[in-house]
Formats: sequence, structure tokens, C-alpha cells
Amino acid sequence: MADTPIPLEVRNITKRFGDAEVLKGLSLKAHKGDVITLIGASGSGKSTFLRCMNLLEQPDEGEVIVHGEEIRFRMTKHGREPADWKQVVRMRARLSMVFQSFNLWAHMTLLENVIEAPVHVLGKPKKEAIAHARQLLERVGLDKHADYYPAQMSGGQQQRGAIARALAMDPEVMLFDEPTSALDPELVGDVLKVMRDLAQEGRTMIVVTHEMAFARDVSTQVIYLHQGRVEEAGPPQEVLDNPRSERLKQFLAPKH
Amino acid sequence: MIDLHGYGPRLAEGALITIELAVLSLILAIVLGLLTASAKMSRSWLAHRIGTLYTTVIRGVPDLVLMMLLFFGGQIGINMVTDQLYERFGWDVFINVNEFVAGVVTIGLIFGAYMGETFRGAFLAVDSGQIEAGRAYGMNHWLVFRRIRFPQMMRHAIPGLSNNWMVLLKTTALVSVIGLTDMVRVAAEASKATREPFTFMIIVAAVYLLIATVSEWGFARLQKRYNVGYREAD
Repeated sequence: MADTPIPLEVRNITKRFGDAEVLKGLSLKAHKGDVITLIGASGSGKSTFLRCMNLLEQPDEGEVIVHGEEIRFRMTKHGREPADWKQVVRMRARLSMVFQSFNLWAHMTLLENVIEAPVHVLGKPKKEAIAHARQLLERVGLDKHADYYPAQMSGGQQQRGAIARALAMDPEVMLFDEPTSALDPELVGDVLKVMRDLAQEGRTMIVVTHEMAFARDVSTQVIYLHQGRVEEAGPPQEVLDNPRSERLKQFLAPKH
Repeated sequence: MIDLHGYGPRLAEGALITIELAVLSLILAIVLGLLTASAKMSRSWLAHRIGTLYTTVIRGVPDLVLMMLLFFGGQIGINMVTDQLYERFGWDVFINVNEFVAGVVTIGLIFGAYMGETFRGAFLAVDSGQIEAGRAYGMNHWLVFRRIRFPQMMRHAIPGLSNNWMVLLKTTALVSVIGLTDMVRVAAEASKATREPFTFMIIVAAVYLLIATVSEWGFARLQKRYNVGYREAD
């Protein structure tokens, strides 16, 4: 354990938007193979917390440590910012993110989307990247869609394509920001299936989701956020099946 | 056949100057436009102010006035500098403002301001999720610009760009006032000498129309290229 650095650790993250404090000191440690799900009502800060992990949002306080390397910050007139953007670029290449609205690049085909960052960020030879991309597309069931543009695919296909794009980076940690929330109900299953497979093969994942069945089945840890604080955290059997807090009980209660 | 009274070759030369002037001015205007758009979208207060000052001044003063101000004013300014150089260091430099360069600089400066607004609007039309995905995958600012923002912005910019180009093309006719012998000036001279203004002006009009038509075709192709991946709405 001690030889390989922890893939991702964040400590005491706080974040304010104007006067509203949306994250009030959140910490999380993702060991290799962990699947951590963040649950909570909308506005609880779970997406913002996730976005602080790869610095799409700049935390006002707290530490972000990727693969044992702590991100350095400095104060500017715009607030706290990373002191060295090259370091941020390097750390982001180790994490990859899957977005709620897919965000596949609209002017590129699916295959071009998947090889884009490996070629231009990691400097992988194009041929190699294409071969890898084709394997990944097959894996997510899109081998026949390599030359499609995102606009020509369904939401579910786009999201599976986005997962292939994320995998192409050989990421140490995958961040999922409500990956199924923008999908039609009948398309959710395919995306979740791909994610379950990833969890089973030991990928380190941090997932913001409303899919309780997924959280229960595949998580190693569930964190319930309420108003920017951790209200309850632990293995899914404890948190989801025997919630202690009243709020979590209410949150989990079937809605009529 | 129309009798050009031997002005044919000079007209052709003039047409070439018009095209060269227009294309070089366009390149300068695009570069200035991209810089202005970046400045106006910048978080830096100073850059934002400079960008705003530039677009306000340029767009608020008539092209003809600006052209004369820059051409004559520019020569005066340069003379002042060279005089100083001579007095202080004994360097004897003489720079004569070349009409062609003055034309390119003036038209480029004028249209850079319009291009700036065109590009700014186009950049703002790019979905922020597309840019965020680039950043999240470890792209630095330049890579995000080159691979995502620029190609996606162009789709929105081309209608405005082609509009600016058409106006720019016609604005080149103003350079005859600073003494550049473009197509319009040659035609004006020929009209006077031969007393057949209609003959020469109709030719000039036809040449402008031809350039405009070819450009429209070119812009349609560009638009198609940058529309790749988007459902065609039109």
C-alpha cells in the first residue's frame, strides 16, 4: 500500500459562490479500486465537490493531492488559484471526467473524440491511439459508430462514447458527474452497465449519482452530502440500508 | 467588343492591386479581430479597456476620415520621429509612407474592430461544456483554443466574417484618395480622358461583382467545412 501513492485525496475543501458557502470542509480519499458515490439532494454541493477535484472549480480552501503530488495554490485578485497551471494540466491528465451533458466535441467524429487527448495531451502516436480507441469503442458497444458525429448519436450512445474517451487516457481515477441524469430512462441501463463493468475490473471511480441501485451494488463507499457537509458516509450496506440520520432516511424514502 | 482605348492592361493592374489590398487587409483585420475579441473577453481590466476603446473609436469615425488621418497623420508622426533621431543621434533616416502599406494598415485597422465584435459574439456562442471538456482532459489554454474554441467559433463567425469581407472589399475603393492607383482610380482617369465614364465604371462594377461572387462561393464552402458534425438547420 505504502509504495504506490493514493490516486486522489482531497482535504477540507471549502467553496463559496458569492456569499453562499456551498462546500464546508469536505475530505475524501480514493484508494486504488475504490468506487465512491456521492449522493444528496440537488444543491447539496456534490457536483461542485467533484469539480473541485480536477480544479474545474477552484476551492477556496483545502488541499488536492493527485498521485501523491499536492497542487500548489496562490492568492490572486480573482481569488485562490493554482500556482502552476502546468501542474494542473499534468494532474488532469491522470483524472478523466464524464459529464452529465456528455460534452463530446461536436466538430469531431466519435473516434476523433476518443483519440484527441491521448494524441494532443499525452503525445501518444496517432496509430496507437486509434487502435486503442477502436478497442474501447467495441467495449462500450460503439464499434460501428466510430465515424459518427455526436449529433448523430442518441444520448446513451454519446455517454458511452464519452466513457470511451475517458478510458482512452488510462486514467488513474474516473470522475462521473451525474452521468445518467440527462438520459431518457430507457437509455440509462446501457450506460450503467458499462460503469458496473468498470467498477468490477477495479477502476478507481468517484461517481455523483441519483441511481441508488448502482450506488448500493458497486460502491465501496457512499457519501451523503447535505448543504455542503458530509451528513453520513460509509459502506453502502450501512449508509443506504441502515441510515442513521433523519435527513438521509427521508432522502432515501420512496417518493410518491 | 468594348473599346478600352488602351486602358485594358492598366485596369487589370488596378484590379490586381484592389485584390491584393483587400486580401492583405483582411488578414490584418482577422488578426486584429482575434486579438480584440480576446482583449474584450479578458479578465484583465486594462486589456478590456483597450479593446473597448479601439472598437468604439474606429467604429465611430467615418472610414474616409480615418484613412486620411492615418495616412497624413502617420507621415507627420513618422517625420517627427525621424527628425528626433537626426537631432539626437545624427541618424539620417527618411521614411516615406508607402500608399499601399498605408491602405492595408488603415483598412485592416478599421475592419479589425468589426471583426473583433464578430469574433467575440462567435466565441460566446460556443457551448461552455465543450471548453470545459478540453480543460478536464488536460489541455492547456492554447490547445483548447486551437483544437476546440477556434474551430467551433468559426461556425458562428462565418456569416459575420463574409459580411465584413464584402464591405471591406468595397472600402478599398477609398484608397484612391491617398493616391493609390487601384482599379477605381484607373477607371476614373480613363473616364476623364476618354469621356466614356459608363464604359469604365461598368467594367469596374462587374469586376467587384465577380470578386464578390467568387468570395460568396468560398464562404459557402468554408461554412460547410465548419458545420461538420452539426445538424444542418439551413
